[in-house]
Amino acid sequence: MNDLLNRYGVFLTTVIIVLTAFWLLMLVVLPNIYLFENSFRPYLPVTEVGGPKDVYSLNNYLTFFDSPIHMNVFLWTVIYSSVVTVICFVIAYPLAYYLSKIADVRSLPLIFLMLFIPLWVSEILRAFAWFIVLALKGPLNASLIGMGIIETPIRWVTGFRGVLIGLVYTYVLFMLLPVYNAIQSLDTNQIEAAEDLGAPWWKTHLRVILPHSKPGIASGAVMVFMLSAGSILVPTLLASTNSRWFTEIIQQWMLESLDWNTGSAYAFLLLILCTVFVSVVMRVFRVKLSDIAK
Amino acid sequence: MDFGSFRAVDNVSVSIQPGEFFSFLGPSGCGKTTILRMISGFIQPTQGVVRIGGKDMKGARPNQRPTALIFQNLALFPLMPVWENIAFGLEVRGVDKAKRRARAEELLRLVDLPDAADKRVSQLSGGQKQRVAIARALAVEPSVMLLDEPLSALDLKLRQHMRAELRAIQKRTQVTFIYITHDQGEALAMSDRVGVMSQGKLQQVAAPQDIYNNPANGFVASFVGENNILAGEVTGQEGDAVTFATPNGTFRARLGPGVGKGAKARLFLRPEHARLMLDPGAGNTVAVEVTDVAFEGNFISVHSVDAKGQTFVSEARNDGSAVIPARGDKRHIVFDDRNAVILTGDISAKDVDE
Repeated sequence: MNDLLNRYGVFLTTVIIVLTAFWLLMLVVLPNIYLFENSFRPYLPVTEVGGPKDVYSLNNYLTFFDSPIHMNVFLWTVIYSSVVTVICFVIAYPLAYYLSKIADVRSLPLIFLMLFIPLWVSEILRAFAWFIVLALKGPLNASLIGMGIIETPIRWVTGFRGVLIGLVYTYVLFMLLPVYNAIQSLDTNQIEAAEDLGAPWWKTHLRVILPHSKPGIASGAVMVFMLSAGSILVPTLLASTNSRWFTEIIQQWMLESLDWNTGSAYAFLLLILCTVFVSVVMRVFRVKLSDIAK
Repeated sequence: MDFGSFRAVDNVSVSIQPGEFFSFLGPSGCGKTTILRMISGFIQPTQGVVRIGGKDMKGARPNQRPTALIFQNLALFPLMPVWENIAFGLEVRGVDKAKRRARAEELLRLVDLPDAADKRVSQLSGGQKQRVAIARALAVEPSVMLLDEPLSALDLKLRQHMRAELRAIQKRTQVTFIYITHDQGEALAMSDRVGVMSQGKLQQVAAPQDIYNNPANGFVASFVGENNILAGEVTGQEGDAVTFATPNGTFRARLGPGVGKGAKARLFLRPEHARLMLDPGAGNTVAVEVTDVAFEGNFISVHSVDAKGQTFVSEARNDGSAVIPARGDKRHIVFDDRNAVILTGDISAKDVDE
């Protein structure tokens, strides 16, 4: 605090603190408290708000446990978010290893630029782009048929397939970067030492590189899983008739039923249940919270 | 071995005997690590062959070679306990766990660390890590052990202790050791033979005392040990005894290999052979004035300068009888013909040792 005063003087210090406090309180804390408080109150006509019926209860939360369809959707959301996480890892790990240990350092800026450029385009546009690419008579099928790999066009956007493709595409970089950082911090001599002691390449990965990059993999996995489970754009735009995502139910409560109370309760349930799920998985893989914070 | 247009190792040909302790000695950047990486298989030579036990190693990956490398930073696996580190080579060969554990403990006894099996690597001291690295390399029963300056990270006392230790382990196990170092003390003290390298070329291969006493050229003489160096010309020759004319005087000296009459060459004189006398000697002698005296404990090092401004260093053992001169004293540097050697070739810019 004194350091801040000495550096920036009274005026600037006040501005900095007030702006930070505004952002934190008004834009993060207060809206969440508002939703949290509302999630315990019943959905009432405006005239009855504050009346005798307006009492706190867990009814909104219990709605979820009374509706098997919603629980089912939640289950599939968790399952497919996990699938997205695994696919992201399978794609990101070899790439991260290549970038950190094999690729020429001079070519790295170009490769990273190429990886990041798609991020500069809005998520909606990218989802629509995939919608076009994956269409039955779209460019992907056309080129696969043109190359003679398939004979009849594949219906890509069916079941959860479109959602999976879209989510993997959107979040794979969130897996790549922490894993890249983790592998890069591994002393290359250790990889060479393992090889020199006779280890085949897969054993080197299994015993030396993977254990070292576990914290990076864990933080990437948590990030991808939480973002996927909480994603709304991709599951809506690349949905098929039978791919329901839990966020869509929240959206229906809030925007279609205009029942913000139950909607908030569902949103907090998503947060709580996903946190529990992640904690359990972390316990299973013996990852500590402090590892992820690194 | 070429890297692009840079030739890191140039026509190095040496045959190392089984069970030998061989050192490559040279300043940083002379190509000695490249040699090590070629033997271990991390790089393939652009030209030439590496044979181990008579077998051509061309195309063999490091995990297919009977070599074990000890890295400069040791590269122990920090996430495994000590015994798993040592047993890693056995683990990847599919040896079962009980046998691995037994072998690891046996090796830990060999390197004098009997109780460390279940410790974490981070709990060990520098010298202990060193021993674990040696045990890990020995576990795969290599025919050749390659050591890349493994002692450079240790402090002086420990370094000297580990020298003796390494030598003892090598004698006990009878594994061929190829040792890379820029520290001449290490190379001379431990090795059966030493190969001195400079700019990718092998300058001399010989036993340590030959390297020191009979250097093959100016580089070896100046890189290994200290020398007083005088440039001049060979003017007369009888056998290998020559007359050598320098601006500081004409001396009688011994001719080194590959130097002929009339050649521009240098005279190399070890400080311990340059005696500092009150009176001029009968043979080689230079009148000097003492400029600096360093009392080193077991010996006394005296810097002096002659009329031409050439600095001489002479060392005398501190055997109790030595008289320590004072600055400004007039003395004479006197040396035997046999102890001054005439050599050609570049002289080394001394590696500054950290």
